[in-house]
Amino acid sequence: MIEWYAIVEVAVAVAAGVLCIILGLFRLKPGDLSMGAVALVEALLLAQLVIAIVAPLVGNPPTGSLIEFYIYLLVALILPLLAGFWALVERDHWSTVVLGVACLAIAIMVVRMNIIWTVQIA
Amino acid sequence: MSNAPKRSSSTSTVTPADSPTPRRTLGVGRVLIVIYAILAIGATSRAAFQMATVYSTAPVAITLSALSGVIYIVATVALLRPGRAWYRVAWITISFELLGVIVIGTLSILVPSIFVQGSGIDGTVWSYYGYGYLFIPLVLPVLGMLWLRSRRALVAGS
Repeated sequence: MIEWYAIVEVAVAVAAGVLCIILGLFRLKPGDLSMGAVALVEALLLAQLVIAIVAPLVGNPPTGSLIEFYIYLLVALILPLLAGFWALVERDHWSTVVLGVACLAIAIMVVRMNIIWTVQIA
Repeated sequence: MSNAPKRSSSTSTVTPADSPTPRRTLGVGRVLIVIYAILAIGATSRAAFQMATVYSTAPVAITLSALSGVIYIVATVALLRPGRAWYRVAWITISFELLGVIVIGTLSILVPSIFVQGSGIDGTVWSYYGYGYLFIPLVLPVLGMLWLRSRRALVAGS
């Protein structure tokens, strides 16, 4: 995992999350802006997957459990798909809020993933 | 005595509008359900990972985590499904969660040695009242109960 990239990921996920929740509370249905923000978060996570695969090969191994790391990454990758799918099935403004909640959850998970990769006390 | 006649009488003559469609009325509840689902996935997968790797270092904490994960899964499903039976299941599981976070939260402060034995396992979802999960496990059951209460009339009519 790359430190600055993780920071970018968390920042984008938080921004996307706050944006979607605000849009939703203003009663806007999922649209290009909210879905686009979620798609951006998902794209960053996919790049993160590539980074996670390559990093150990170029001398940046995780200090914690790689399996635990991948559990987080996998769930984080699935979340936007589930939230996005639900947003397409039931198009009302609560779906937009749901997209935002998913983004915030991803932000927390990326923080956790970064901790697993870099900081191990034990 | 069966309650079948009550159903059939409304289908033939009266408009179908009086048959409740809870799906459409979930509203803000869907946000709640999503948070439940995320917590369910998180707690369960984490407990599964810990059971497979470091179970012996903190068996009580990990077993509790697994239990809470299952409870969250059942609660998520119960919130999603319409009908009285699921409504009751939702009440039971959400009450259990509130009880869990209060009891385990208190125990984790009074006797932390039950849960952690210098293993690096930071307890359960419910330890320290859900501190490790932004206190979401403490707040969520209360929100869940408020939402269930607001749906009481709707469910009773079904």
